[in-house]
Amino acid sequence: MSSSSFWFAVPLIVSVSLVYAATRHEEVGAILSHAFRVAVWIVGFMLLVFGILYLISMQVS
Amino acid sequence: MAESNEVQSNDQSPRLKDPLIAGVLAWLIPGLGHFYQGRNAKGALFVICILGTFLYGLYLGGSREVGWGRAVYFSFRTGDWRLPWLCQIGIGLPTVPMTLLQWKLQDQPILNGFMAPPALRLPDMTDINGPPQPPPPTQMSLAWINRLLPHYFEMGTVYTMIAGLLNILAVYDACCGPVPAESAKNDDEKSRGKRKEKS
Repeated sequence: MSSSSFWFAVPLIVSVSLVYAATRHEEVGAILSHAFRVAVWIVGFMLLVFGILYLISMQVS
Repeated sequence: MAESNEVQSNDQSPRLKDPLIAGVLAWLIPGLGHFYQGRNAKGALFVICILGTFLYGLYLGGSREVGWGRAVYFSFRTGDWRLPWLCQIGIGLPTVPMTLLQWKLQDQPILNGFMAPPALRLPDMTDINGPPQPPPPTQMSLAWINRLLPHYFEMGTVYTMIAGLLNILAVYDACCGPVPAESAKNDDEKSRGKRKEKS
């Protein structure tokens, strides 16, 4: 497993965002639009954490 | 009319049949409670997302060599407290009966070690005739599983844990209906405040 292991996050992000959105709406259209927002939020948060860890690793090395 | 508006969120409120039965069904199989309530689209979504995640985790956490479904097992022995199981039991029927059965039969697991707790022994490194051969799946230790499935066993554990936790949300949805979104809640509170001011 190397950088390709990041692909394992994709199905998780999709299913987590869809299920989370489905517990907040009843209509399919509302579920999908909320799921998209949640997925963007998750990816943004992961990128933020990645950036912080990357900066730390630059300082350490 | 005003009463019904207060109960509804931004979507149409679903008609929930017996919430207890729906909740139990949703716990047993993701989406089953929603099919019982006639909420077929959400039921299909939960089956595909949650059960799909769980099955993919089972696939990742096993192989022909170590046995299938090794990422899901029950064990609270000294040196092997399987805490992820507490998350995995969020999905009832695929997890609980088989893991408990294999725990009971842990000396002689069935189905080639499917969902069986690993043996509590270290790999035999004293083989002087070359590299040690892996034991059969029914006698596979956790060290051997991690050696033969590097990272994938942990990834399978994560997938099945997340599937179990997601199903808790689905069970709540089957029992109580969708949680109103924050924006919808705020709108409801504002409209209630205005009504009070008028009265």
